[in-house]
Amino acid sequence: MSIMGTRVLRKEDPKFLTEGATYTADVRDPRLEGAAHVHFVRSTFAHAKITSIDISDAASMPGVLGICTADDIPEDVGTVPAAVPLFPPSMMNRPLLATGTARFVGEPVVAVVAETPTQAADAADMVFVDYEPLPVAIDIEDANADNNIIFDDVGTNTAVDFAMMGMATGIGEEDIFADCDVVVKQRIINHKTAPAPLEGRSVACVWEGEKLIIWLSSQAPHGFKGALPGVYEGIDCQVICPDVGGGFGQKIGGTPEELIMPHLSRVYNRPMRWTETRTENFIGIGHGRAQVQYATIGGSSDGEIQSYRLEVIGDSGAYCGLGAFLPFFTHIMAAGVYKIPKIETAAKSVVTNTAPVLAYRGAGRPEATAAIERAIDIFAAECGLSAVEVRRKNLIPADAFPYTTPHGTEYDSGAYETSLDKALEAADYQALLAEQAARRERGDRIQLGIGVSVYVEITGGPAPGGAEFARVHITPEGKAQIFSGAFSHGQSHATTFAMVAADQLGMSIDDIEVVQGDTDKVPEGTGTFASRSLQFGGSAVYDSSREVANQAREIAAKLLEADAEDVVLDTSTGAFHVQGTPAVSKSWADVAAAAANDGVTLQHEGSHNANCSYPFGAHVVVAEVDTETGEVTVPKIVTCDDSGTILNPNIIEGQRHGGIAQGIAQALTEEFVYDEDGNPVTSNFADYGFISAAELPSFTLVPLETPTPNNPLGAKGIGESGAIGSTPALQSAVVNALSHLGIRHIDIPLSPERVWSAISDS
Amino acid sequence: MIPAAFEYIRADSADAALAALAEHGDEAKLLAGGHSLIPLMRFRLARPEVIVDVGRVDDLKYINDAGDHLAIGALTRHSDVETSDLVKAEAPLLSAATSYVGDPQVRHRGTIGGSVAHGDPASDIPSVLLAFRATLIAQGPGGTREIPVDDFFQGFLETDLAPDEILTEIRLPKAAGAGWSFQKFNRRAQDWAIVGVSALVQNGTAGIGLVNMDSTPVRAAAAEAAVASGASPAEAAESAAIGCEPTSDLNASVEYRQHLARVLTRRALEEATA
Ligand SMILES: Cc1cc2nc3c(=O)[nH]c(=O)nc-3n(C[C@H](O)[C@H](O)[C@H](O)COP(=O)(O)OP(=O)(O)OC[C@H]3O[C@@H](n4cnc5c(N)ncnc54)[C@H](O)[C@@H]3O)c2cc1C
Repeated sequence: MSIMGTRVLRKEDPKFLTEGATYTADVRDPRLEGAAHVHFVRSTFAHAKITSIDISDAASMPGVLGICTADDIPEDVGTVPAAVPLFPPSMMNRPLLATGTARFVGEPVVAVVAETPTQAADAADMVFVDYEPLPVAIDIEDANADNNIIFDDVGTNTAVDFAMMGMATGIGEEDIFADCDVVVKQRIINHKTAPAPLEGRSVACVWEGEKLIIWLSSQAPHGFKGALPGVYEGIDCQVICPDVGGGFGQKIGGTPEELIMPHLSRVYNRPMRWTETRTENFIGIGHGRAQVQYATIGGSSDGEIQSYRLEVIGDSGAYCGLGAFLPFFTHIMAAGVYKIPKIETAAKSVVTNTAPVLAYRGAGRPEATAAIERAIDIFAAECGLSAVEVRRKNLIPADAFPYTTPHGTEYDSGAYETSLDKALEAADYQALLAEQAARRERGDRIQLGIGVSVYVEITGGPAPGGAEFARVHITPEGKAQIFSGAFSHGQSHATTFAMVAADQLGMSIDDIEVVQGDTDKVPEGTGTFASRSLQFGGSAVYDSSREVANQAREIAAKLLEADAEDVVLDTSTGAFHVQGTPAVSKSWADVAAAAANDGVTLQHEGSHNANCSYPFGAHVVVAEVDTETGEVTVPKIVTCDDSGTILNPNIIEGQRHGGIAQGIAQALTEEFVYDEDGNPVTSNFADYGFISAAELPSFTLVPLETPTPNNPLGAKGIGESGAIGSTPALQSAVVNALSHLGIRHIDIPLSPERVWSAISDS
Repeated sequence: MIPAAFEYIRADSADAALAALAEHGDEAKLLAGGHSLIPLMRFRLARPEVIVDVGRVDDLKYINDAGDHLAIGALTRHSDVETSDLVKAEAPLLSAATSYVGDPQVRHRGTIGGSVAHGDPASDIPSVLLAFRATLIAQGPGGTREIPVDDFFQGFLETDLAPDEILTEIRLPKAAGAGWSFQKFNRRAQDWAIVGVSALVQNGTAGIGLVNMDSTPVRAAAAEAAVASGASPAEAAESAAIGCEPTSDLNASVEYRQHLARVLTRRALEEATA
């Protein structure tokens, strides 16, 4: 029996559960002996001219080795390399330290280097920066109105207008709603959330001659290696990522604090370390989501949707990184799972005096789903129809795939209605409706709401697709090593990639080692984000495993004194034999030994290129709303998430669990808040509503498998699905609980006060 | 998140702690469970020069039956209060409220005395003491004194304790058989209360303590008076927020807090009198 699709336990767990992980801050490499420590002085103003920096007191503090301001950075050290080279240069060329102007609270202004972290922190306290406050732009719509300009030389806060660039359809001359009986509009807020990985950023580095060795907490070791030459021209470096405690999109590129470390190490001629605090992680690196959307939907009064318009303004934060690009993803996924004949999208991003927005779990796609799902609910309410039935009526049918949306996105495969049916059935939808009716009838204080969302997303994007590297190497003992350019920071590549190879090689996964996270050991790679690893990285392992198996067959043929074409590898036993005569066989150990003897290396490497894939599913979330206080509790969550062929149900379920929790958190408790002056007010775990198990029910996970034709494994990405479907489903459930009061929309997060206000105003 | 430098003194007895306080005056701070003080120090919002650690002063860790009242040593950990059979029998309101303090880790470190001495209006335990009309015992260079709970809380994070005094004991009149209820309204299980209510009802009188409804822990005096004059829970609860000046923050506006105080007081009185 093939190992594929079975509940293999994670190979990673025994170590994490016994000896524990080794994070970057734990790395005790002899080369790091005597490392100095960095502490950053950060801007306390959201927008201000830096008029002077007084380091005299700090410089004479105990243990201080040096203090670095923007003026001390030599010209041959560059700025943060552009994530997407589209923006006006001043917006995207973020300096390593604020230069002349600080543009968000938390922006590093000064780096203090000392013998110990404590001495660095104490000295940082004695650095006095004089600021001359400038008017701020914090709110997205306010920034969009260009009331206060953040980059004077650009003259506008608009970072990218995607319609002007031909990357969104724009709003046409024709009134696409002219023939619609029913047209409804809604302004929707998709607020900022903090990725909040349990391990924050951490760096340790040292120069060995002209070569930099750098350890860091990252999702993409090769991505960081690729970013370094943008700052240090021609740099030779080795990037090593030990265990990493989560990323959620926060650790894809290089951030200024990380990128300045090689400079500090060189100038002070010491190994150099920096590990951020929780507050620095909250205020210093960036947040996800952050859009204002204006949705218009129209159709016939019997619930058939004819036209949809989505206008999106995304917040890019103070400098343009990946965040400024995310409205594009919202645009391409605007249609959701529905066959809507006419679609228009306008999308732009604006700079604000807040931390840069980044590609948090889902990155632009959850926002698309949130918009269309809200629009469908409101449209159904206007028509007086069941939102479930309106969905069903407009879903793209299973026989329509591959399906191209009116604005050009090509969905690979899907069974949207099946996912909806399965989720509703598992949730016992009819019983829920009866319970809801009974509570309304009795006028119960606690009302029940049922929320449904059906979603599709793009993984491994942007279209058309991507690539990842793998090398499969057979050791002289007949075991396998996989060198992967993908990098697990919690996703279990050591287990799943071993399973892919085991299935092709007929080896035990215990005999297959996965090597990742070291750019000297793995020659190329991209990294792990956008739910891309299995579909690209796993496919690369698949390709190379098959190639290696072929090489091995040649050698086995010699040992068996047969023609290579006649020799087969029995992948259930790992035995090579002549077709039809399994009694005489050679093992991997035999073959590897013979290869070693002949001086042959059994190895293959290459990148697998594949098109993106489009996972989908349906979420049913039940909310209970205390109509007296506005308190929302979530007694039931049922999801049917289809990510194509399932390699290992345990790991898929783990990804769904985490995603659902984060999605529910966005709808219920998590919001990164700035006050009107741009001061972050949720900069620790007491104030930021990071969700816990106590706020969540057990999840009911319904499986569904619709393979993608786009890669040999049939696998789509599962990393983000949970976070995409659950947010609008909970929002819908709360609105549904209160629909008898005439309530049609409440923005997230559904704080008790916000829900109570909606009830009070109804 | 590294605190500013400080001198550390470990006191093994109340007397040793008093001596250290006498020596260092208001430059010193007592450290009990550290679960309020250490976060402030890590953010460098508090920068005591000297820390006097009383966490191991074992003779201030006790729960005693003292006839008409319970005597609880100030350094008793929340978890010991929560699980004490004596507290469950004689002051079940305290046991219940304590079980809502933070999470198990917090309850294994934090102390009842620290919770009270910190003077935080958002703490759960002071509301219980108000409902009980508890008495606090402080020891200073001049000896021991009794402080009625109504005189104890003076301002935001300010109490009647002098810098050279230690809170040693909390006395709760026994209340086996009294009606009681603890209502805590928060967004996440381990969160502080947005608003909380402790109610203790016996013989037609009610003690009602409020969490997070003013700059200090406060009692719902008007609602208590209403109960005394025979009002129903719903009627009495209408006046729960009278005289309170809550703040507006991320989680709640003033208006919403006042609303919650009324709703939770009604629920508390209903439960306590059921
Ligand atoms: C994550 C987290 C969640 C929490 N959630 C809650 C919650 O939901 N509800 C709640 O009520 N509390 C909560 N707390 C606070 C917790 O209850 C604290 O333990 C308590 O407030 C303080 O007790 P402590 O022993 O830790 O005091 P410490 O932090 O050691 O001291 C607090 C202050 O009191 C002074 N002090 C301490 N003991 C004495 C004494 N005997 N005499 C004089 N002065 C003294 C100290 O000098 C200091 O100023 C939470 C804390 C954390 C960290």
